[in-house]
Amino acid sequence: MSVLVFAESSEGKFKKSSFELTSYGKKVAEQLGTNLVVLTINATENETLYKYGAEKVLQVTNNALVIFNAKIYANVVKQAAEKENAQVVIIDSNANGLYLAPLVSVNLNAGYASNVMALPSSTSPFIVKRKAFSSKAFSNCEISTDIKVIALAKNSYGVFENEVSGVMEAFSPEIETSNLTSEKIEQTTGKVTIADADIVVSGGRGLKGPENWGMVEELASILGAATACSKPVSDLGWRPHSEHVGQTGKPVASNLYIAIGISGAIQHLAGINSSKVKVVINTDAEAPFFKAADYGIVGDAFEVVPKLIEKLKEFKANNA
Amino acid sequence: MKILVCISHVPDTTSKINFTENNTKFDSNGVQFVINPYDEFALTRAMWFKEKQGASITVVNVGNASTEPTLRKALAIGADDAIRVNTEAIDGFAVAKELAEVVKNGAYNLVLAGKESIDYNGGMVPGMVASLLDYNFVNACIGLEIEGEKATISREIDGGKEVLSCNLPLIIAGQKGLVEEKDLRIPNMRGIMMARKKPLTVVDPINNEAGTASVSFEKPEAKSSCKMIDADNVGELVNLLHTEAKVI
Ligand SMILES: Cc1cc2nc3c(=O)[nH]c(=O)nc-3n(C[C@H](O)[C@H](O)[C@H](O)COP(=O)(O)OP(=O)(O)OC[C@H]3O[C@@H](n4cnc5c(N)ncnc54)[C@H](O)[C@@H]3O)c2cc1C
Ligand SMILES: Nc1ncnc2c1ncn2[C@@H]1O[C@H](COP(=O)(O)O)[C@@H](O)[C@H]1O
Repeated sequence: MSVLVFAESSEGKFKKSSFELTSYGKKVAEQLGTNLVVLTINATENETLYKYGAEKVLQVTNNALVIFNAKIYANVVKQAAEKENAQVVIIDSNANGLYLAPLVSVNLNAGYASNVMALPSSTSPFIVKRKAFSSKAFSNCEISTDIKVIALAKNSYGVFENEVSGVMEAFSPEIETSNLTSEKIEQTTGKVTIADADIVVSGGRGLKGPENWGMVEELASILGAATACSKPVSDLGWRPHSEHVGQTGKPVASNLYIAIGISGAIQHLAGINSSKVKVVINTDAEAPFFKAADYGIVGDAFEVVPKLIEKLKEFKANNA
Repeated sequence: MKILVCISHVPDTTSKINFTENNTKFDSNGVQFVINPYDEFALTRAMWFKEKQGASITVVNVGNASTEPTLRKALAIGADDAIRVNTEAIDGFAVAKELAEVVKNGAYNLVLAGKESIDYNGGMVPGMVASLLDYNFVNACIGLEIEGEKATISREIDGGKEVLSCNLPLIIAGQKGLVEEKDLRIPNMRGIMMARKKPLTVVDPINNEAGTASVSFEKPEAKSSCKMIDADNVGELVNLLHTEAKVI
């Protein structure tokens, strides 16, 4: 028996979320009194996983797996799960993970819970807390199949060091074929994505027009943050669709979310509820967002944001 | 092209979320149900195929009789016929098995679904249907063109997009981008009249065991009140974010 984590890497390197998954997997394995196995594909820094509790790293190296293909990857995860007799399989909530997990679940005939945000509250029956209703509520979800598949929500557990003396094992699964081919990948380089960001700076219709996003971008760049926006802003074409956050846009689970000129409609809040600390800058003291925020400034964004940029520059200079 | 659009029936985005029976059941009292927003993008894209390239559109829901108004709305938007698999939708895996049966029986070569249902946020049904049938599948789809048997599909990836291609049959889980917000169809009077006469077939479920179940629900704890900072004292915010919130 074991717990299996699939730790995705990009150009050989793990993302922070892979360490979060490994930390989480280690605890689940402890709860079940078993070992953690971490599956990696074409990763170069496999040893780093020991630090977060990986008792065994199952290392796949194969040129046919350089480009992600969900069906082929799902089949690899299945073979690893069978080989290791995995009871629980844990997958990331990034774009590839959410693509992969339902396929893994069918492959293993396993019940699947996505958006999981905490350790199992009980292992028999196996119950995990997951986000539902766009984070307006949580569901305690029982998975009753022999094998369980979980997608862990980003930033919901945290990264914890838990050094073990792990072992490395090379694994050569059979590689399926797929007639779904990747033609091209377009990556917006150099920008922090909403999915990866610890801090997100977001603008709403209160900013009046796309020409005023310079200060949002500047604020974001000082903080190393991603930029985001409310739905009308992307509908109006002021900002790209990929920045639209909320119930019908991207979910944000950052440590800090700064909302500028956003009223705080229920559909907007639904997508950002999972962010830990929320700051609101709005001219209207009655804006609903203040009820959901931790820190608020009633004021004109065109005055407050430039001042905030100044103060942050001072702060960075003093704390460099 | 024979298109199947999977429609999930969800509480309107403005709904207050409450639970009854000791927090074990969603309280649908006073809640307005709508077509899942992501499925609207799928349905509108299907309409374009129908109008520009010729296609038939069937809409399907797995659910009890209360979901029929939602299916009628999809018919009013322009689908040709509707299927309701008569069972309570409890678990995504069980729903996927019912849908896979519908796809197989109807020999649909293009299945359009949404990225996730905004109620349970499973994000699992379309991928599971594809996997059960061994169909090609693309998640988080933001663009789809079909020429003869060949499909070109874009999907959103973290920080960009990927363009893929394959032959039909294909299942996609769509979102905004598939069509734009402004293009979304809403039913007009004529559509609503016509929808009444369009066939809505109720089929029996194959009844699978569910792999998961919600045993109870909780609501997030209410926020303690917001700390207000004077607009003339922005430095204080920086200070609090550093020393109190410890996020910078
Ligand atoms: C089905 C459905 C799904 C939806 N999904 C989403 C979603 O996913 N995400 C989303 O964001 N919305 C969504 N919405 C839309 C949502 O209901 C709101 O309309 C939207 O969030 C409002 O955007 P906003 O706050 O930018 O604009 P507004 O509501 O126009 O608010 C602008 C705010 O800016 C403030 N302001 C004005 N001038 C200034 C200034 N100089 N300085 C500072 N503040 C200023 C105003 O006081 C106001 O509070 C959805 C709606 C529907 C019906
Ligand atoms: N009960 C259902 N009946 C029909 N289609 C569904 C049902 N549940 C989910 N779907 C489809 O699957 C997509 C993803 O839903 P989910 O996996 O529940 O988040 C939805 O956008 C629908 O297209």
